[in-house]
Amino acid sequence: GPVFVRDALNRAMDEELARDDRVFILGEEVALYDGAYKITKGLHLKHNTPTHERLLDTPITEAGFAGIAVGAALAGLRPVCEFMTFNFSMQAIDHVVNSAAKALYMSGGGLKCPIVFRGPNGPAAGVGAQHSQCFAAWYGSVPGLKVVAPWSSEDALGLLKAAIRDENPVVFLENELLYGEKFPLPPEAASPDFVLPIGKAKIERAGKHITITAFSKMVGHSLKAAEKLAALGIEAEVINLRSIRPLDRETIIKSVMKTGKLLSVEEGWPQHGVGAEIIASICESPAFDYLDAPLERLAGADIPMPYAKDLEDASVPQVDNIVVAVKRICGVH
Amino acid sequence: LLASHRFPVSSFKLYQGDKPNFSPTRDSVELTSEQCKDFLYQMMLIRRMETRSARLYQEKKIRGFCHLYIGQEAVAVGANGSLSNSTDAVITAYRDHAWHVVRGGTVTEVVSEMMGKAIGASKGKGGSMHLYRAQSNFFGGNGIVGAQCAVGAGVALKLAYKSRANPDGVCLTLYGDGAANQGQLYEAMNIAALWKLPVIFACENNHYGMGTAVNRASAISEFHRRVDYIPGIKVDGMSVLESYEATRAAKEWCMNGNGPVCIEYNTYRYYGHSMSDPGKSYRSTDEVDSMKKTRDPIVTFQTLLVERGIITQQEAKALEDKVKAEVEKSIAESEAAPVPAPSELATDIYYGEKYAVRAVQFPLELHN
Repeated sequence: GPVFVRDALNRAMDEELARDDRVFILGEEVALYDGAYKITKGLHLKHNTPTHERLLDTPITEAGFAGIAVGAALAGLRPVCEFMTFNFSMQAIDHVVNSAAKALYMSGGGLKCPIVFRGPNGPAAGVGAQHSQCFAAWYGSVPGLKVVAPWSSEDALGLLKAAIRDENPVVFLENELLYGEKFPLPPEAASPDFVLPIGKAKIERAGKHITITAFSKMVGHSLKAAEKLAALGIEAEVINLRSIRPLDRETIIKSVMKTGKLLSVEEGWPQHGVGAEIIASICESPAFDYLDAPLERLAGADIPMPYAKDLEDASVPQVDNIVVAVKRICGVH
Repeated sequence: LLASHRFPVSSFKLYQGDKPNFSPTRDSVELTSEQCKDFLYQMMLIRRMETRSARLYQEKKIRGFCHLYIGQEAVAVGANGSLSNSTDAVITAYRDHAWHVVRGGTVTEVVSEMMGKAIGASKGKGGSMHLYRAQSNFFGGNGIVGAQCAVGAGVALKLAYKSRANPDGVCLTLYGDGAANQGQLYEAMNIAALWKLPVIFACENNHYGMGTAVNRASAISEFHRRVDYIPGIKVDGMSVLESYEATRAAKEWCMNGNGPVCIEYNTYRYYGHSMSDPGKSYRSTDEVDSMKKTRDPIVTFQTLLVERGIITQQEAKALEDKVKAEVEKSIAESEAAPVPAPSELATDIYYGEKYAVRAVQFPLELHN
């Protein structure tokens, strides 16, 4: 039956802890508290012994524990560093960007840094400006990092296992509001070696009239919009990006060459956003000659996140915003 | 049978904090003649490499930042003399040339790196501040002041991953008196103490964070006692023997499962902060001259070895000539070495993976 995203993430870590003794998890409240969002629930009971701790509760000191995680990775372990939310990763962004992402290059290939930085990212609900923003574009701009944003339980399981097994630093952007959603898993996900390739997008719904690219929670919104659009005779192709960096330009470009239209949807800010990069990529590609409508993007409003629900809802793309944008692009009124 | 020599050491100032039994240093060290000569040789080699690097910088053969270690040689040579290159680890900041050499790197690798050559320690892709030597557990080389403190504690976590009580080794985590005021040092110290990580928090106090004297930057400028839950040793870092013993004692404390320890090496840099700093506006020439005259680590150690009959004046001179010839040979090799191939631009971005660079001068490739 369907599986919660939360449980898929938990299973991914449970299996990787069991598979490889070098894997360990550290962060605030990851052990005794069972995780601030219960993603690591029960793992300390299973994997910690009095003399060998694989789940390490840290003090509330992101720069310190992120740096420690990077050091452990450089020295040969495979840390999973949980940020309670990615908002707090700003306290430690120097270690993500300067210590982890650049180590291999600066050392001329001498030092690798296999580490996963994970936690919830993006707008949450009613938590205000400091706890509600998307860092996909921030981390996605950094060479040396891989940046992954799962949507479904299949994504969560297969991509997190892939991230832990990857030889490079991976920023793994979860979404708090998806933790409690359920999705069916494909039969192959039963294997403890089920991994999804980082850097490959998934066409969640095929269509021929317009390409919609989205990641994380916006994949669900885009699929709901596609349902509504189908009733109007518009067949939208919905691409779940899965990976922000490497970005699967090939899949996007091929799709746009088929549909001739593109709408990018994200919750992050528009300026220098993921949509800006996708649209620039289309302009630089052979797909440009196949366009028969202007490229468009939907993004979070260009403001700090407001608290009041009505204002908050108005700040991030909703299903109907996607429907309206697609109708406009397709010239349907 | 190797001749061995006993030298008194006495400069230690211990800080016990909440560890009343902390008293790990001895009052003498014993070294063989070979060890004595090797210490002198290493210090001379570093001094010569750095002196010649200054000239290469002035000749514009070295670009960017270049932070020289001249004056501080006794710290790297003495401290690393008490560590194993195979089981212990070292991490430092941007003043890293000497540390690369004491961890087994060559002068050619260091100078070539600074010259941006393919045979450099980091294939010419790191530069002066980013020297590493993974095979002897040297983790750099970090250009962000204080960042290496937390990373070093992480390396120590690896060394104690299987057993906190019996770690595999220690990580000497070096930082300057400037970095001693960075918040994340205290984050790293706190976690290291909680988790009993085998890390030596090692402050190389050269008395100036760039141009800011310690008393203008630090409310307490005794860096071996900045936190009361980690014991500390303050030592004369201008003495290779004192640095050697302090580090041995600190390592023993860590290896016994006691967790972290602090060392403050009281040292001095003769040059400016970097090659772009003449080093004169914030300190007097008299101060620098007096340090060179009375406390120079090479002169004092060489004098001691001659007094004790371990080497002769002539042997010391011959050693110096040998070092000069070696450094000149390394510089010649570095000058003759090729620059990195253009293809190196896009290697080592992702481990074991090809990478298609995207920028105006590169065509967009469909495969990442």
